[in-house]
Amino acid sequence: MNKKTSQTTAFWIFRLLGIIVVGILCWILGFIIFNGMGVINWEFLTTAPTEGMTAGGIFPAIVGTLCLVAGSIVFAFPCGVMSAIYMNEYAGNGWIVKFIRIMTNNLSSIPSVVFGLFGMALFVNTLGFGDSILAGSLTLGLLVLPLIIRTTEEALKAIPDAYRTGSFSLGASKLQTIRRVVLPVAFPNIITGLILSIGRVSGETAPILFTVAAYFLPRLPGSIFDQVMALPYHLYVIATSGTDIEASRPIAYGTALVLIVIVLSMNILASIMRRYFGRKVKTN
Amino acid sequence: MRTKKSIFFKIITERIPEFLLGISGSLTSLIILLIIVFLFREGFGLFSNPSVEKGYVLCVHASNPVEKLNPDQIKQLFDSEITDWKTVDGDDLPVMLFRFDEIFSLYSDEELGENYSLLPQKLGEVIAENPNIIAFLPEQYVPRTAEWVKILPSEQIRVADFFTGKDWLPTATPSSLYGVLPLIAGTLLVSIFAILIALPLGLGAAVYLSELANERTRKILKPMTELLAGIPSVVYGFFGLAVLAPLIQKTLNLPTGETAFTGSVILAVMALPTIITIAEDAMRNTPRAMREASLALGGTQWQTIYKVVIPYASSGITAAAVLGTGRAIGETMAVLMVTGNAAVIPHSLFEPVRTIPAAIAAELGEAPAGGAHYQSLFLLGCILFVITMLVSVSAEIISKQKYKEAV
Repeated sequence: MNKKTSQTTAFWIFRLLGIIVVGILCWILGFIIFNGMGVINWEFLTTAPTEGMTAGGIFPAIVGTLCLVAGSIVFAFPCGVMSAIYMNEYAGNGWIVKFIRIMTNNLSSIPSVVFGLFGMALFVNTLGFGDSILAGSLTLGLLVLPLIIRTTEEALKAIPDAYRTGSFSLGASKLQTIRRVVLPVAFPNIITGLILSIGRVSGETAPILFTVAAYFLPRLPGSIFDQVMALPYHLYVIATSGTDIEASRPIAYGTALVLIVIVLSMNILASIMRRYFGRKVKTN
Repeated sequence: MRTKKSIFFKIITERIPEFLLGISGSLTSLIILLIIVFLFREGFGLFSNPSVEKGYVLCVHASNPVEKLNPDQIKQLFDSEITDWKTVDGDDLPVMLFRFDEIFSLYSDEELGENYSLLPQKLGEVIAENPNIIAFLPEQYVPRTAEWVKILPSEQIRVADFFTGKDWLPTATPSSLYGVLPLIAGTLLVSIFAILIALPLGLGAAVYLSELANERTRKILKPMTELLAGIPSVVYGFFGLAVLAPLIQKTLNLPTGETAFTGSVILAVMALPTIITIAEDAMRNTPRAMREASLALGGTQWQTIYKVVIPYASSGITAAAVLGTGRAIGETMAVLMVTGNAAVIPHSLFEPVRTIPAAIAAELGEAPAGGAHYQSLFLLGCILFVITMLVSVSAEIISKQKYKEAV
């Protein structure tokens, strides 16, 4: 009896804690969606902010975020995939791979604000890019590099060795095997990592604070050496230091909703793809 | 001839790509190396700066026995907290503060001459007339030749002052104070309390997910905790600012809702996914045989959980706590937005604090590149870097330890 009551109590507590966690998620999402829904319309998405950012839309910030996502992926995706190929296909299982893996892990544990500092010191000041899309994209690229490496490595590991030996036995070289056999099979899972990285990049604020983000810049960027507005930084600005915080609250809700929709849809897409393609490789 | 060609061909098609792949393989190590070099080079540059603002000096009357002042004394002098020279081992005279711009109210532009050529001379006269004066002057106008003027030697910012200083006043003039203690205290207070909230919640949810929930519930709940990890930190910050801060202010009747406690709550939510995922993985890795042995001995499911599963997963659970703390310590935007940003040593949870990452994010924009303030923020970055490295390495070591008594 006593055993049973303590079990029932404990289980109810755990269930409750599980429900609380889900409840928190629903509360946050519900709050943003509920308040942001009314703000979003075509005009909000396609016009620039006006009247000291208390009216108008967030078009420049959306474009800026897209530029940063594109820039950082162009840099980080090839580097990350190549790095993972090297670790999984070439380097064997020696200390080099272990060392690289530890370094990659460490890189992913560095706080994003440290990336911001580093990006400012290296790209903005030392290399002289100034506050620009180039500097911001490179900084964000460094930030997602470990994520891309890890997901690609997992994708490559999931491929049975029989694929590779089969290709070798037909006389293909290592590189041919990677290009014609390994990469095509791993492709969907690599793309899943790419999508996750897009979600991560579009939500980061601290790395772009000092490398690219503009407080208010209603025109669109002309080159990679221009500053841009970005959604997360725009949300930070209008939530904390805008000219009239109360008046710009609706815009903050709208911005938060757009940001969340971009980031979470990327995450959900990635998890659907992972489930779908993960199953496919296994049945092979 | 043919073989030569094919070797050449092979070099092009195999060796060069392999070389390129090797380079990208070492990329992450290279980046970490670069981060260390840049962070530490800029950061430790701070200690070669004079403690008095660059380009300025402090002058006293030559009869004043005071030979040098430390940054703390200078700050107290200019804040009128020290009003008597006796306090800093001088004569029994009241302190007379003199800032450079005051000269323009004493003399007209004509009296100071063309291009202020007579300015140093006039400054010299002012100092000579007042034996109790301390003057804060730009280096270029210092009356070096005048009698009765003593220039206080400028010290460099000391390492000990940085790590033990209780005041973080990087923009104070004439002497900025870079004492990192309030920031460290703020960071620790916020993140430790965040973990205290997040651990029970996260572990409970992990037990539920790994042991109690059926497969269907798990398939719905697991992605939901992952979504929690996907929400950008600035959105958490906004939520904290718009919902949590007013709520906490109202319910606890505080002067402001932007407190260390608010930051802890937000950080706890942000650390939840990390804790849940890692702890749940560790629990699910408990061998089936061990669970069944416990059940076969007549243990209930709950006894099996807390006598077998949790001890077996304890290293994973510790790693989860450590990594959660690491995430909390490094988190920037959410904390910056909800903790109120007061760089003072906190006395309670319900006061505004400033954390290390928040200080970097808030101040770097105003700090001119290359200056002492800029360098001090890089030094904060170094501290943060070292802490997170320690965290990730210790989490790695902890999670590798297997449950020894099981063998």
